[in-house]
Amino acid sequence: MKFGVIQFPGSCDERDALAAASRVGEAVLLWHRDHDLQGADAVIVPGGFSYGDYLRAGALARFSPIMTEVERFARHGGLVLGICNGFQVLCEAGLLPGALLPNVSLRFVCRQVLLDVVNADTSWTRACEPGDQLSIPAKHQTGRYWAPDPVLDELEANGQVVLRYATGNGFNGAARDIAGVSNHAGNVVGLMPHPEHAVDPLTGSADGLRLFESAALVAV
Amino acid sequence: MRARVLIRPKAGILDPQGQAVERALPALGFDGVRNVHVGRLVELDVEDPGQLPAMCEQLLANPLIEDYEIHGGEIHGAAARS
Repeated sequence: MKFGVIQFPGSCDERDALAAASRVGEAVLLWHRDHDLQGADAVIVPGGFSYGDYLRAGALARFSPIMTEVERFARHGGLVLGICNGFQVLCEAGLLPGALLPNVSLRFVCRQVLLDVVNADTSWTRACEPGDQLSIPAKHQTGRYWAPDPVLDELEANGQVVLRYATGNGFNGAARDIAGVSNHAGNVVGLMPHPEHAVDPLTGSADGLRLFESAALVAV
Repeated sequence: MRARVLIRPKAGILDPQGQAVERALPALGFDGVRNVHVGRLVELDVEDPGQLPAMCEQLLANPLIEDYEIHGGEIHGAAARS
């Protein structure tokens, strides 16, 4: 199992994503100017502030050369996980539905949150059971998930709402408390909280590891 | 040609920035202000203003969450999409 973690100018969580992925497989760093994925079985678009969040969070990173490869990889069923800014990038690139808006509080919020696993049948959650709760940190200012109501209905009907903030844990005003969604096929998942920061009990929780383990299960 | 693109949150989408400004104005004694929305202004020189709508759709705005207005001399004053 080989994970590729993309680094854009302004990424800041690629090292933690590498360290997390290394616990369940091989992990390599991919530079945003690269034109190949180095044979990765799964690609992680990490958190941070790619291109300084200029224009809109995630809007410019999708024009990096490697994103052409990621789009091709995703269309062929390749596993892609977008975390925080990576989630924003995948939405802007059209690989995931919806958009991320500024938190209702307009504040950057950093806190541990409980997430309900809504769909344990995606490539990135199948090491979980439906109804499992994961304790994972969230840290962002632009994480209010939004899509038009008919789209939200469709996402729920298709099982594309993968993770929700558990009751009392939502803080950003996300539509229907959505913390993470998938594409229709379930191979591309994006979420605002940071599973890569929750892979060792030393830092409070190892629940985030389950997402990486899920991808490894698929690849085997 | 010099063009200006005004981008604002789509109507109906909660705009906390606009709300914060709306709440702040009365504190300075400016009463009777409603429906404040905060957006962005993009100014640019373009050789072919006919390309502006596509630029907006593909990059300058996110049409899912934002409306835009194009202002420039040669494109019939203003073109708007909402």
